[in-house]
Amino acid sequence: MQENNSIGIVAPQIAHFSAPLKLKSGESLPQFDLVYETYGTLNADKSNAVIICHALSGNHHVAGKYLKSDKYPGWWDNLIGPNKPLDTKRFFVIGLNNLGGCHGSSGPASINPATNKPWGSTFPILTVEDWVDSQARLLDHLGITHLAAVIGGSLGGMQALQWTIAYPERVRHALIIAAAPNLTAQNMAFNEVARQAIITDPEFHGGDYYAHGVVPRRGLRIARMLGHITYLSDDAMGEKFGRKLKDTIKYGFDVEFEMESYLRYQGDKFAGEFDANTYLRMTRALDYYDPALPFNGDLTAALKNVTAQFLVLSFTSDWRFSPARSREIVKALLDNERTVSYAEVTAAHGHDAFLMPDAHYHAILRTYLSNIDTGCGHAK
Amino acid sequence: MQNNVKITNSINEFRQDFAIIANWVKFGSKVLDLGCANGELLQFLRGSLEVKGYGVEKDDANLLACLKNGTNVIQMDLEDGLSGFEDQSFNTVILSQTLQAMHNTEEIVLEMLRVGQEIIVTFPNFGYWRSRAQITAGHMPVSKALPYQWYDTPNVHLCTINDFDEFCKNHNIDILERRVITDGKEVSFLPNLLGSLAMYRLKAQQH
Repeated sequence: MQENNSIGIVAPQIAHFSAPLKLKSGESLPQFDLVYETYGTLNADKSNAVIICHALSGNHHVAGKYLKSDKYPGWWDNLIGPNKPLDTKRFFVIGLNNLGGCHGSSGPASINPATNKPWGSTFPILTVEDWVDSQARLLDHLGITHLAAVIGGSLGGMQALQWTIAYPERVRHALIIAAAPNLTAQNMAFNEVARQAIITDPEFHGGDYYAHGVVPRRGLRIARMLGHITYLSDDAMGEKFGRKLKDTIKYGFDVEFEMESYLRYQGDKFAGEFDANTYLRMTRALDYYDPALPFNGDLTAALKNVTAQFLVLSFTSDWRFSPARSREIVKALLDNERTVSYAEVTAAHGHDAFLMPDAHYHAILRTYLSNIDTGCGHAK
Repeated sequence: MQNNVKITNSINEFRQDFAIIANWVKFGSKVLDLGCANGELLQFLRGSLEVKGYGVEKDDANLLACLKNGTNVIQMDLEDGLSGFEDQSFNTVILSQTLQAMHNTEEIVLEMLRVGQEIIVTFPNFGYWRSRAQITAGHMPVSKALPYQWYDTPNVHLCTINDFDEFCKNHNIDILERRVITDGKEVSFLPNLLGSLAMYRLKAQQH
């Protein structure tokens, strides 16, 4: 990426919340921390705030670097910065780590103040609804009543949708990217295999592996390898690796094909930095999200009270969150006569496409975002 | 709003077909424009009639143009039908100069009648005398309304006004109104010979 439109050096902050958060499960978190980062400047009437909701393995470090020497910037740095599609000269952008995460927000690896031990298996299972409620608390903490926009891809897109349902009066625009109104059975099945890989790892210890000084690396690694297969399209894998060999066929089970090398690398990297309990909970949040459920599966009824303006976006080769699923959201919004546009981006990269700087994809986001009124003399 | 700017532009290049369509669309109604291109017609209707408009468009560049001028646009291929739209959910569904480029011509008209209480269909009249003259002279017609050569035309289902009248009759479609224009002027005498653009306001026959 060009350095001249990078947001530059950023630093995370922590907000502590001492009032309990009531959860959908019926449990409640007595107190919690949220780690977050902000980019750009909140304007005088606080009308230019945008929240970024992260996906399964994401976090609050969305853009910029902590140190100049960091190898990689935040995970959506190609989108966010001065003069980038989400222009930090106009918008005040907030990224946070969801509750239950493992990057600084309260999660299974955090210390439970009641026991002075890691929460481990006792950390509650959170839902998309709970996350959005906690994000609203973060906004309160920052003194922001209204969001110019909420943006999310994949599981983040579900949060963006939930924002418009739970807090219709607080959201002006929702950008829902590569998402779905719920998971299909096949999609949940991948999550179940991933969880089984973790849970059956002998070093999982029922989720209380911290006390044993081990982590269920093998399980987490396999879960991530499986995930990566589903994030890419068949074509993209074919193009990236094909049947290429590292060396020659050796009639064994070590890494022989390039594809195996990639998956193992990704699995090892992830297992070394991500918390297995968080992974279990993130996949469960995905499984459970189904805003139409209380309405007998009628998404149109579920979206009856939304007032935000929507941009829904999908990618042609995404089979984990296929365009057909995005079109369900669009249809429910059309049924309710809401302001909505829908873009189906031709892309080869499968689900991963939402993180890539495809020129047309970014042109869509840039165009849509540049039409959002940010008040304070920036009105368009 | 950017609307005002665009309307001023539209006055410079006044579109008689837009004016007729605007005359057929009710104030504040809900309109679906199929093949909406850069959203020009919807912008015009938004500005003049405060319609709640949605466009359907397949092309990436047109989608961007619509987003830019604030037109609600749904990217999809009309050849797949209108399954994302409920029965009778729009006051008016418009297909402006796109019919002739459709493969599933019959299906799209029936889908429009399903989704719209009324529909507007416009198309270049292949019975226009200039087209006939070119055919008589031994060539496929090329004109302002049909600007393509035979080998690069997207138009696959060209028809005449007589053909379309017959199509409506055979499909139990009521023609509520038909207007025919040539070079921005209305034609009432020998429309199938002297008319370049045919415009229909249609409705499914009540059973």
